[in-house]
Amino acid sequence: MLSNYGKIAVDSLWHNNPILVQLLGLCPLLAVSSTFINSLGLGIATTLVLIGSNVTVSMIRHKVKQELRIPIFVMVIASFVTIVELAMNAYLHELYKILGIFIPLIVTNCVIIARAEAFASKNDMKSSFIDGLTMGLGFTFILLLLGSMREIIGQGTLFSQAHLMFGEGFREMQVTLISDYSGFLLAILPPGAFIGIGLLIALRNVIEQKRKARLARQPVLPVAEHNQA
Amino acid sequence: MDIKLLKQNMLAAGKALAIFAVVASALVALTYQITKNQIAANERESLLKSLHVLVDKDQHDNDMYVDNITLSVPKLNYRDNPITIYRARQNGKPVAAIFNVTSPKGYSGPIKLLIAIDNNDTVIGVRVISHKETPGLGDAIDIEKSDWIRVFEGRSLSNPTEKGWRVKKDGGEFDQITSATITPRAIVKTTLQTLQYYTAHKQQVFAKSQGEKDAQ
Repeated sequence: MLSNYGKIAVDSLWHNNPILVQLLGLCPLLAVSSTFINSLGLGIATTLVLIGSNVTVSMIRHKVKQELRIPIFVMVIASFVTIVELAMNAYLHELYKILGIFIPLIVTNCVIIARAEAFASKNDMKSSFIDGLTMGLGFTFILLLLGSMREIIGQGTLFSQAHLMFGEGFREMQVTLISDYSGFLLAILPPGAFIGIGLLIALRNVIEQKRKARLARQPVLPVAEHNQA
Repeated sequence: MDIKLLKQNMLAAGKALAIFAVVASALVALTYQITKNQIAANERESLLKSLHVLVDKDQHDNDMYVDNITLSVPKLNYRDNPITIYRARQNGKPVAAIFNVTSPKGYSGPIKLLIAIDNNDTVIGVRVISHKETPGLGDAIDIEKSDWIRVFEGRSLSNPTEKGWRVKKDGGEFDQITSATITPRAIVKTTLQTLQYYTAHKQQVFAKSQGEKDAQ
């Protein structure tokens, strides 16, 4: 049986994945996911903000009045986004230049306020930390999937421009999967992102349906009955 | 609810918001202080890196990051913003000027360029700093994607003459990019205008900048 934290993690990554199930944060997702490295950059930045805001919101949840919580959550989130933005500008300057406007726009990513409101304001700090971390990872995971898909189909490479994130030594990390590939523009342009995310959501639904059908065929276990009671 | 209670509630809410605002700003200010120098250094390094692609480190001995001038040139200004010119000097003598100009008429927005011209009025090179051209078509102006942008190297106002400063489709000497004529057309035009300005106003380009005058 899964521990409470394990359950939060499974929820964030699969049952309640921020993108595939909650359909939150699609704007930065669609805009930035043109390559693997861009996706990784935005994913990490978003995860950091999510953890920071979840922990802070959970910490102050008893001190904030009901009617004041939304403006205060917004303030907490905006501060964390600014801090992450400054830190990226200082320590990951090249990547910062590429992601540009999408770093400050993390503030508008609904995943963050949604988790603050739906989870962190009702749970203790440790659970909120786990929720922020795993929701961030769930977001990053889908970003990376979409980024890889679009990069491979769009330009036939993977991990291009890795040096922007890890330094000059990683320039060689780029894998050219299809040589002499002239590129498939649709995948790089925004429609490619929409089609890609549509396919990913469909794939998740197919897997989920099969899983449910399999569960339905199995006889109900005594343990489950006990739990229900 | 009576007025007194309402006032009390409002005051308490205001206080709570103010406290959070102060703490949040303090955190942001602290981060700003910590990262400030690193960010300034990054911007400097990043700019010098792109300038040194055009004018080699060995060819000048001044600090181009500081030695720049901002001029208002009606033909080159973008949305009435003056342009910045970085000057390379060796032993105090002008070696080259690098213009940071914006070509307003790209296919899908302005194209920011660095145009380096040497003391003999010859183009050393042109590089695109930022653009919004279509990936796979117009983005061939980016040196990372294709060598097209090097067509300007060694060109001047006499090579070719003014009529030749167009893309081939318009009867000029410069190759266009397959399926993208508007993008190269914009860059050719801006490069020509920059070259014309530089050739006619070299004194102004290498004049002492505002900052230097103040320092004297």
